[in-house]
Amino acid sequence: MTASDKMIASDTTGRRWRFGAPPKNPTKLALTAIAVGVILAALSWLTLDNLYLALKALELDGTAATIILVILGIGALYPLRPACRSIARARSSRRALEQNDLVNARIDTAASRDAAWISISLSVALAIVLIVVEFFIANDLAVSRTFFLLPLMWETLPLILEAFITNIYIFLIAEVLVLVVGLIVAIARFTPGEAGRPIRALAVIYTDIFRGLPAIINIYLVGFGISLTGLPILKDCSQETFAIIALTLTNSAYVAEIYRAGIESIHWSQIAGARSLGLTYMQTMRFVIVPQAVRRIIPPMLNSFISLQKDTALVNIIGAMDAFNQAKIIASNHFNLSAVTTVAIIFVVITIPQARLVDRLVERRRLAGGM
Amino acid sequence: MALIEIRDIHKNFGGHTVFNGMSLEVEEHQVVCLIGPSGCGKSTLLRCINGLEPIDNGEIRIHGERMTGPGVDVNALRRDVGIVFQSFNLFPHMTVLDNVTLAPIQVLKVPRAEAEARAMELLKRIGLEQKATSYPDRLSGGQQQRVAIVRALVMDPMIMLLDEITSALDPELVSEVLAMVRDLAREGMTMLLATHEMGFAREVASKVCFLYGGKVHEEGPPDQIFGDPREERTRSFLRQIIDAGRL
Repeated sequence: MTASDKMIASDTTGRRWRFGAPPKNPTKLALTAIAVGVILAALSWLTLDNLYLALKALELDGTAATIILVILGIGALYPLRPACRSIARARSSRRALEQNDLVNARIDTAASRDAAWISISLSVALAIVLIVVEFFIANDLAVSRTFFLLPLMWETLPLILEAFITNIYIFLIAEVLVLVVGLIVAIARFTPGEAGRPIRALAVIYTDIFRGLPAIINIYLVGFGISLTGLPILKDCSQETFAIIALTLTNSAYVAEIYRAGIESIHWSQIAGARSLGLTYMQTMRFVIVPQAVRRIIPPMLNSFISLQKDTALVNIIGAMDAFNQAKIIASNHFNLSAVTTVAIIFVVITIPQARLVDRLVERRRLAGGM
Repeated sequence: MALIEIRDIHKNFGGHTVFNGMSLEVEEHQVVCLIGPSGCGKSTLLRCINGLEPIDNGEIRIHGERMTGPGVDVNALRRDVGIVFQSFNLFPHMTVLDNVTLAPIQVLKVPRAEAEARAMELLKRIGLEQKATSYPDRLSGGQQQRVAIVRALVMDPMIMLLDEITSALDPELVSEVLAMVRDLAREGMTMLLATHEMGFAREVASKVCFLYGGKVHEEGPPDQIFGDPREERTRSFLRQIIDAGRL
C-alpha cells in the first residue's frame, strides 16, 4: 500500500514532535514591568503632591488628609509587587533550565509572564486614574469648582429632588402606556390574511415614522403644537401630559419592534401545537406565543425603559419643570454647573440597579439554555 | 364509506413535488402506519389532514365531509382530529396540567375544575399525576411525549394522527410511549401514524402504506408488506432498514 492510499499523512517514524522546545526567556518582560511600575509610582507621587497643594488652597489640609495621601502614595507602589514576583520566577525558570528541568522551567516561565502582565495592567489602570485626577485639579481646581461645588450641590439638592418627581411621574406613566401601545402595534403587525393588510400597513407606517422622528422634535411638536390647535380637552393638558404623550408615541415604536422580535423568535412548532388543539389565531397569540415572547424580551425591554427614563430630561424644551430644567435655572443663577451634575448623578444612580438587573436576567436566560 | 378518504391530492413545496396524486383510505378503528424514506411526505400528509398545511389539488374527506379547500372550519376540524408531533411541542411556559387543560377550557369552554379533573384522570392512567405541576423541561422526553398525547386525548378526538412520535426519543424511552399507543389501538381509536419503528408497525397496524414518489406506492397488511413486499422500491427500502439493524 502506498502512502497516498492511507488515511493518515505519515507514520510516526517519519515525523518529529514539534512540541518539546524550551520555554522563551521571560526576563525582558519582567524588567519592563518593573520599569513601568517605577515610572508610574514617581508620577503618582507628583500628582499626590499637586493634590496636597490643592487641598491646602481649599484649607482642607491637616493630619487626616496627610495620612490619606501617604497611604495613597504607598498604594501607588502596589504594581511593583507582581513585577518583583515576576523577576523572581524568571530567575528560578533560568535555574531550572540549567538543570534541564523542562517541566519546572515551563511552570516558572508561565508564572513569571502572568505576574508581569498583571503588574503592567495595574500600571495602565493607575495611569488612567492619574490623568483623571490631574484633569480635576488642573488650573487651580477649575474643573472641580465648576462641576462639583459641594456646598452648592448640598444646598440645592432638595429643589432638584423635588423636581425629579416630575421625571419619575412622566416615565412611570409613559412606561405603562408604552407597554400597552407597543404590544397593540406589534400584534397589529401580525394581523393575518387579506383582511389584515390595512392594519399591518398602518402598524408599519406608525413604527417607521416614530422610530425615525427624533424624540426631542416630537416633544416640541406635541408640547407646543397641540395647545396651539385649540382642540377641546387636549389643548388644556399640562406640559407633563404632553411629554407623556410624545414619549409614549416615540418609545412605543421601538417597543413594538422588540415585541415583534420576541414573537418572531418563538418557533413555529409552538403555533402548530396550539392550532392543532383547535385554538384560534388570537387564542394562540394570547395564551402561547405572547407569554413566551414576553419572557424572552424582558432584558431589551428594560433597556428601552432605561433610555425612556433618560429621555424625560428632554421635556425641558417645552418648559416642563423637571429636574434638569430646575438645575439649569440654578446653574444660571449661580454661574456654576454643580446642580446639573447632581441631576446627572441621580439619573445614573437610578439606572445602575436596572442595568445590573438586565445583566442578571440575561445571564440567567443563558444558563437556562435560551428559555 | 371510509372514515378518512384522501383522493388524488397534489402538493408542491417550492418546486419539490410532495404529493403527486396520492390516494388513501382509513376505516374506523383502523391503525394505519405510513412508512417510507425521509422526505416522502409522511409528516406532510398528517399535517394536511389536520389542516395545518394546504393542498394544491384533490380533496380530503373526514366522515364524509370535505375538509380541504375554502369554507372549511379548521378549528372545528381540529377538535375532532388530534395530532401529536415528533418534537412534542408542549408549551414550555405552562405546567403539565395547564398544557393539558388549555384547549378544553379555551376551545370547548369546559369549566376549569372539570377540565382539571379529567386531565388528572388521564395523567393518572399514565402514572404522571405527580408531575402535574411540573414544567415540561423537568420531564424526560418520554414523559413529555406522553403528556403531549394526553393533551390531544383530553379533547376526545375521533381520530389521532401521530407524527414520528418516538423519533426524538432516547431508545430506552421509546417503549413507554409505544405502550400508550398500543393501549389506544386496543381501545379502538382510529389512528394514522408516520413511523420508523417497523417492529411496532408490524405489531399494531391494520394496514401499512409505503409512500414513495408522492403516492402510496404499496399498501397491504403488515405481514405482507414486511414479509413479502411486491414492489421493488419497497423491498430495497426495507433492505436498508434491515441493514441498519432496525427491523
